[in-house]
Amino acid sequence: MAESDQISTDDSYASEAGRQLAFYAVFAILLLGIVIYGLSFVVKLTGGGASGKAVDFENNSITISVAYDPPQLDSMRATDASSFLVLAHVLEGLISNDEDNNLAPGVAERWEIREDGAIFWLRDDAMWSDGKSVTAHDFEFAWKRVVDPKTASEYAFLLFPVRNAEAITEGQMPVSSLGVTAVSDRELRVEFERPTPYFEKLVAFVTYFPAREDFVNSTDGRYASSADTMLYNGPYTVDEWVLGASMRWSKNPYYWNDNKGFLDEINVAYITTDVNAKLNLFKDGQITDTALSASMLPEAMERRWQIDRLMDGTVFFMEFNHRDGRLTNNRNFRRALQLAQDPAELVYKVLKEAAYVPADSLFPSWVRGAEDFLHNEYPPHRSETDIALAREHLELARDELGLTEFPPIVILTGDSSMGLLTAEYYQELYKRNLGLEIRIDAQIFKQRLAKMTSGDFDIVMAGWGPDYDDALTFGDLFSSWNLNNRGRYSSSEMDAQVRIAQAELDPVKRAAAFGEIQRLVHDDVVIIPMYERGVAFVVDPQLVGFRRRSVGPEVDYNYVQLTPLRKP
Amino acid sequence: MPNGHAYDFSPLRRTEISQSQSRPSLSYWQDAWIRLKANTRALISLYLLIGLLIFTLFGPLLWNIDPAAQDLDQISRPPGEDRRALIVPEYSPWTGSASDLEVGSGQGLRLIGEATTQSIRLGWDPTDTVTGYRVYRNIYPIGQERAYGIPRAEFFDSRIVNFEDRLDLKEGIYYFTVVPMKGKEQLLDLTETLAVEVKRVTTVREANQKGLIGLTEELGVGDFIDLAFHPLGTDYLGRDMLARLMAGARVSLFIGIGAPLFFVTFGILFGATAGFLGGKTDQVMMRFADFIVALPFLLFMILFKIAFGIGPGESGIGPMLVALVVLMWPATARLVRGQILQIREQGYISASQLLGGKTLYLILRHMLPNTLGVVLVTLTFAIPSAIFTEAFLSFIGMGVAPPTPSWGSMSNEGIKTMLTTPHELIFPAVLISVTVLAFNLLGDGLRDALDARMRNQE
Amino acid sequence: MAIAAFITKRLIQGVFTVWFIATATFFAMHNVPGDPLLNERAMTEAIRANVEAKYGLDKPLGTQYLIYLSNLTRGDFGISFTQENRQVNDIIREHFPVSAILGVLAVLFAAVGGILWGALTALYRNRIPDYLIMFFVILGISVPSFVIAALGQLVIVNMNSALGITLFPVAGWGTLGHMLVPSMVLGLGTMAYLTRLMRSSMLEIVSSDYVRTAKAKGLPPARIFAKHQLRNAILPVITVLGPAIAAITTGGFVVELVFAIPGLGRYFVQAVQQLDYTVIMGTTVFYGAFLVFMVIFVDVLYGLIDPRVRMS
Repeated sequence: MAESDQISTDDSYASEAGRQLAFYAVFAILLLGIVIYGLSFVVKLTGGGASGKAVDFENNSITISVAYDPPQLDSMRATDASSFLVLAHVLEGLISNDEDNNLAPGVAERWEIREDGAIFWLRDDAMWSDGKSVTAHDFEFAWKRVVDPKTASEYAFLLFPVRNAEAITEGQMPVSSLGVTAVSDRELRVEFERPTPYFEKLVAFVTYFPAREDFVNSTDGRYASSADTMLYNGPYTVDEWVLGASMRWSKNPYYWNDNKGFLDEINVAYITTDVNAKLNLFKDGQITDTALSASMLPEAMERRWQIDRLMDGTVFFMEFNHRDGRLTNNRNFRRALQLAQDPAELVYKVLKEAAYVPADSLFPSWVRGAEDFLHNEYPPHRSETDIALAREHLELARDELGLTEFPPIVILTGDSSMGLLTAEYYQELYKRNLGLEIRIDAQIFKQRLAKMTSGDFDIVMAGWGPDYDDALTFGDLFSSWNLNNRGRYSSSEMDAQVRIAQAELDPVKRAAAFGEIQRLVHDDVVIIPMYERGVAFVVDPQLVGFRRRSVGPEVDYNYVQLTPLRKP
Repeated sequence: MPNGHAYDFSPLRRTEISQSQSRPSLSYWQDAWIRLKANTRALISLYLLIGLLIFTLFGPLLWNIDPAAQDLDQISRPPGEDRRALIVPEYSPWTGSASDLEVGSGQGLRLIGEATTQSIRLGWDPTDTVTGYRVYRNIYPIGQERAYGIPRAEFFDSRIVNFEDRLDLKEGIYYFTVVPMKGKEQLLDLTETLAVEVKRVTTVREANQKGLIGLTEELGVGDFIDLAFHPLGTDYLGRDMLARLMAGARVSLFIGIGAPLFFVTFGILFGATAGFLGGKTDQVMMRFADFIVALPFLLFMILFKIAFGIGPGESGIGPMLVALVVLMWPATARLVRGQILQIREQGYISASQLLGGKTLYLILRHMLPNTLGVVLVTLTFAIPSAIFTEAFLSFIGMGVAPPTPSWGSMSNEGIKTMLTTPHELIFPAVLISVTVLAFNLLGDGLRDALDARMRNQE
Repeated sequence: MAIAAFITKRLIQGVFTVWFIATATFFAMHNVPGDPLLNERAMTEAIRANVEAKYGLDKPLGTQYLIYLSNLTRGDFGISFTQENRQVNDIIREHFPVSAILGVLAVLFAAVGGILWGALTALYRNRIPDYLIMFFVILGISVPSFVIAALGQLVIVNMNSALGITLFPVAGWGTLGHMLVPSMVLGLGTMAYLTRLMRSSMLEIVSSDYVRTAKAKGLPPARIFAKHQLRNAILPVITVLGPAIAAITTGGFVVELVFAIPGLGRYFVQAVQQLDYTVIMGTTVFYGAFLVFMVIFVDVLYGLIDPRVRMS
């Protein structure tokens, strides 16, 4: 107390009591310190992983952060990006992707794709993390387990090109009838249900990864639910997995490829979806890389970071409900909505994300056609905004539908801030340009899916990311039989083109079919493409070989090496 | 004097005031009001709250701007920024035709046309031996670190030598860099950088749409105009912050005051009934209240909110209100019951009963008014917690549905751009804080003022 | 013995309350619109039926409820819907300790801070320390927790970069440094509340008769303060501590999200968004039970500390 102007009885009481209080305070703080010290031991048991340094040259290790804990690491049942990310580092399929995203030999040394099937010849030196060899039987077992109804794998549809796969998942045929046979330990034969020219790209996907029968059976139904109930054949192994908290991957000593897996250890120390927290971790030198959202860019520039960007593969669009009786079943109505908007304005003024690109097509710009990018071979119809023409189409629609007044249109969207932002923008846009009343229906993930499935919407804000690196992963989306065609668009013309794209062996004719699909999607206004999502990111400059990918794991550390910075 | 006579007794002269009353007789409420008035903090809070209500209810009449209207020329603008803009022709797409690129050809990286907030068009000279280009943009000079800034485009074709940037352009200087690529390798020696100064512009159509051009005014391309005025700036969609704060106040205060009013009323009825009836009924009713108290509040709040569901176009205020009421009434009920139990035993109740007071009269005239003080205090403390609950739900993405604004959802959006445009966080957060604070201080003041024990102190 | 009977009675009531909670949650959840089994990629009917059978969702709701209850009595919360190979029991066992440590620490901070500040402000009433502390207390009460959490993190980052070392980790879990700032942020609101409570109860006591008597008897101030004022003022603080522990432990979502802490709160929010039935049920019932028994525990404790309170 600084003030000591007057001494009253109260003041002397206060000062004496204050001294007593200070004594108690010291005591309490000491006690608190002891408790905290004690707790710090307990805390180590519940978390762990955070090493305090993004790049550790001594141990040749790095520390990273991921968005979610993988729900599980069972490659035969995994359906989500966070599992795919881990699996791409710890398992390897017959074929894998190299540094430049080209197909490269994985467990298979060479392969042959024919019209009616495929043959894979496996290498001798591919091993599991317990030192046993990876054999053709491991693939046969894994693929059969995927289609087994008992497994209830949601990604089983990816195996449908294999003979009888679809019938097996429906329980109409025995699992043993799947068209895959391990002729020997080193040779795997596959029979096709129909010609599948893009099969080699499918095989690179997680669902086609191997698993060893004796090991899976020994885990008592808990395969890949923890670090020790799993076998690895990729560049890294999962050493330690504290559920929901952290993971540690270590170099797999049995891995065959010398050009992958240079690090001794990768610590997945932070699991968070909070981009600001990730940025703060990066700034503090705790993690090797982070994505940068629009609002972070000024700071990133101020800090003189080397910013990079990549398309993450996903295309976002407004999908119409084409079911009978819906307003959006009317083509003129859809055309009016198409003409009244401009994806460039959405991306450049509203979303402001540096790595997003306005979309004109169902196919993203990175998808390849026969020889070049599909967009170069078949340029998409550039979007043209013409509000006067849009109003004309709206009048036509009004006449065709026999309406005097348009009822409110429901836009279904998720609860992500991007989804809401987009919906709010379009709500105002269509009110201004067309005088339409839009109602936003924002729902949590599962409720949105339920409404999408049952068709309880006029327009849904949807996105589609690639499962495999082929145009068909986008191209077959609006075939009448595709269950992911949530708006139930159905046209014989579209179906015919999709069938060509599925089975045509000539790449040029196949690309032409994709070009035709692209035109149909625009002309018939099946959807209104909005943007291709991309990500701006920054990586610790001491990392070499860091990759982000449009298809497959979004972040790839398989080729990462550490090099000290040269002082300029 | 053992024997008294009549003359001994003279009538006492009436003095002016036989017994001076130390203070005027005051009712409970008058007394409380006087005490409240003496409490400066509580009084200021009260005026603040009245001010807030006026802001919410009458503000929109004075500042009659649609809180949903988007001004895409002015996105995330802090208050008090320069609004002057040049009128330019309507934007038309640019293909980078040969004739455009001819101008200044051979001078390397150059600006084509004018650099405006509408678009920046760049051209450069093709280099043989390369396979493509990358274009970067920075708001700071490149410097020795070769910090080129944001990658804006990649071209995998050496013949493409033009680029148009339209991404989130603001007035000021931009530094563009074109890096020729050979495969994956950046050819740093051939890199060119250009500083571009950008002018703020708008178009006649935009200006007309926003009503910026008066009927008699004749403005055309080349003239300057003031863009729409936003006293507190705009948010991430170019919406007027002031209008949104007023609209958001309606939601936040409706939840904050409405929910407590409902559950306090319900709590009073529930508690009074239980307390008055007593016995088995009381037991059962209070066990039920205990059960509600035992529900993990936030978890159930979220569950209820989801369970009630929100239809298209609905803001979801209703379900949130119901959930709050369902979960928050027991505290009041317990309090009122306790009070009623106490009061029931008081002398004046028996007196009133003896005088023939009916049950209903007893409850309305004697019991409830006597619990009112406690209830009022509970209410003022319940309001901040309801406002916080709304804000918290917005934070985890389960608040009111857009485009309906609320202070909670506005702060949550603002937090994302905390460093670049702090005004989007500061305004709603300050309003939440001020409201919560004012109710807390008022509650404190009320408690002091209404507490009978404090009556004779000071 | 009276005390044993009291505890038994309260425990039995507690068990019933937990059962009610389980029932209420079960039916509330099954009425939530939406389909927990749907995923980004659509499933064929056949695959869907297989998945449904796996989780027992093909049975009528009543049967599901009975199965759930019988599992519950055995302490089995089932398997997570979204984390297919993971037992809800495991999830709780892994993540609750994290939330609990965070919560305990936050409550400790809040209690120690609240009592000390409260006593201090009462002693120096209407003087600079009082105003200063009360200003921060008011700030603590009136700023939303997510704003405080975000600001807290920002302060750490800037402090670290100014010092050039990592004084406190920015986020994550696993060491002493990781727990300090988040638990302070988490405990801030409660601390502010306790400070106010402590201050007013200190002031009430200082003007009470027994303190006056003690002063009149000429007892040394330090003794009066320690024996009478502080000790009696702490009692009301302890009463609110029970609910506060429960509220803090169950309400750590915000801090867990912002600081990337693998606590149970984060799991719950995720589970709700994913409609993960078993995890929602497990978390709610577990927390409900925790809350109920915490309150009972505090009541009993209070009865032991304060002889005026009768066990009835």
